[in-house]
Amino acid sequence: MEAGFNRQTRDNSVSDLAIVEATPRAPDLDRGKVLGRMALFDFFFHNLTRAAAILVLLILGGVILSLVYGSAPAIKAFGLGFLTTESWNPVTEKFGAVAPIYGTLVTSAIAMLIAVPLGLGIAIFLTELCPHALRRPIGVAIELLAGIPSIIYGIWGLFVLAPFLQQYVQPALISLTGDIPVLSSLFAGPPYGIGVLTAGFILAIMVLPFITSISRDVFETVPPVLKEAASGVGCTTWEVMRYVVIPYTRVGVIGGVMLGLGRALGETMAVTFVIGNAHKVSSSLLAPGTTISATIANEFTEAVGDLYTSALIELGLILFVITFFVLAAARFMLMRIEQKSGA
Amino acid sequence: MSLYSSRRRTNAIATTLCWTGTIFGLSWLVLILGALIYEGARGLSPAVFTEMTPPPGSTGGLLNAIAGSLVMTVIGVLLGTPLGMLAGTYMAEYGRYSKLTMIVRFINDILLSAPSIVVGLFVYTVVVARVGHFSGIAGALALAVLVVPVVVRTTEDMLLLVPSPLREAAAALGLPRSHMLMRVAYRAAKSGIVTGVLLAIARVSGETAPLLFTSLNNQFWSTDLNAPVSSLPVVIFQFALSPYKDWQQLAWTGALLVTVAVLLLSITARALSSQGKHK
Repeated sequence: MEAGFNRQTRDNSVSDLAIVEATPRAPDLDRGKVLGRMALFDFFFHNLTRAAAILVLLILGGVILSLVYGSAPAIKAFGLGFLTTESWNPVTEKFGAVAPIYGTLVTSAIAMLIAVPLGLGIAIFLTELCPHALRRPIGVAIELLAGIPSIIYGIWGLFVLAPFLQQYVQPALISLTGDIPVLSSLFAGPPYGIGVLTAGFILAIMVLPFITSISRDVFETVPPVLKEAASGVGCTTWEVMRYVVIPYTRVGVIGGVMLGLGRALGETMAVTFVIGNAHKVSSSLLAPGTTISATIANEFTEAVGDLYTSALIELGLILFVITFFVLAAARFMLMRIEQKSGA
Repeated sequence: MSLYSSRRRTNAIATTLCWTGTIFGLSWLVLILGALIYEGARGLSPAVFTEMTPPPGSTGGLLNAIAGSLVMTVIGVLLGTPLGMLAGTYMAEYGRYSKLTMIVRFINDILLSAPSIVVGLFVYTVVVARVGHFSGIAGALALAVLVVPVVVRTTEDMLLLVPSPLREAAAALGLPRSHMLMRVAYRAAKSGIVTGVLLAIARVSGETAPLLFTSLNNQFWSTDLNAPVSSLPVVIFQFALSPYKDWQQLAWTGALLVTVAVLLLSITARALSSQGKHK
């Protein structure tokens, strides 16, 4: 019955009932229209998504351009001398970036010295030593540490950690290293509590979860058969890690460490609370200092005059350039280990 | 035999160090949360949620800061999420193997961990310096810039996890790609994308640095997004560094509120994503 209708309509023959002709033909017409609309929508959607992807690129370009534009007055006024001058004087409008850059690098170095061995240790624990039932809860707990906002670390560092370090740890450090030539100058001066060392310590706690979770992830890419072979010839757990797992994942671990370093360099609020904001380079780690991000956070809204604002934006540009290269290197290394595990 | 025992000893030392390291690392979490609950809970009272931030030396609450944070976070997420989802869709579907995708992925990963204070400077030079004053909308824009990379990353990752046979089945029915995406791929990747958005909210709701010189702060109730708007993190920053005991107490309480919100969001996100994996 239906086949008859269809043939009738396809032949375009005259039908007895107009309605018979109308119903089968209507979908044909609609079909073309619907397909056309779909194709149009597909074209539109394709280009919309591509535009969005390009916009993400433009945002990064915009960040760089706006920083260069904003720092142009300072670059013109100070030139390369900005990078080699220590004085930071808003009154005479003489600005130099040495103290903040030094503080940024030193606090990050302290953070990495503490966080890298600790993070690797925890990652080894999680992949090799931890009982299976505890693996997930401990992993989650470490990752929660990453989720705590940096301002919380700041307020905790200021009110809890700094007084503790001032009362117990720093006096001990000063008296312990008093007679040793190099160390005594590293730990000289009164124990303020806040300062470069405390800032580095807080940063270490903050980057620890990043290093831990990436190291754990790359440790898990090691083919089990490699580890089993090493255990089979009589290696201890430590030797399996030291001579098989870590060499195999070296690139990935370095990538994770660089990612943590990128975080440490750019971290703002936690450091602002505990570093003491002093624009000077001092050899003692107990002395207050400043970092690029802390300087910007503290002074930006109070900056009067275009040159002052511009100098602060130039600091931001320097920070961005440093972190860009560190993060780019980190991504490049992590990409290599991904390819390795995929192959 | 002495070689054997020294190897055993090294192993014992190394594993003990790993154990201690883990306990050490976990103790930070306990110490921070403990101090936060101890100090923050003391100041919890209905006034915190009903009164404005006080002038120095008097008591008050955090109502305007909480409201400001909520409004700016919502706007930031509403602006950032569609952009991030569209870009992620392009990278996973239309241009999976294109050069553009490779570049965007690289740039996006860098934006993901770029210092947030630099984003604040960016919005300051582009918006605040142009308009001439600090505003809530500038703060929301700064947060949106931080939301985008998180959403791009998770959308792409989740769409890449959708099995190809699902796509092919849709294509075999004659659906164009955009329809396949809407009807099939997005649905399959839904829980993952929601997770990404939750993580993005968690990330921006604790952000302080980009708000310092975009939305600034405001001591009073304000619904005008074209004027400075107060936010919880900025109030915490200002109050904690002040010499007034009342302000410091409010800072602790605010810190407790922010942390509870952020941790709840990230735990929900985690639960959602592990649920998605079991399916």
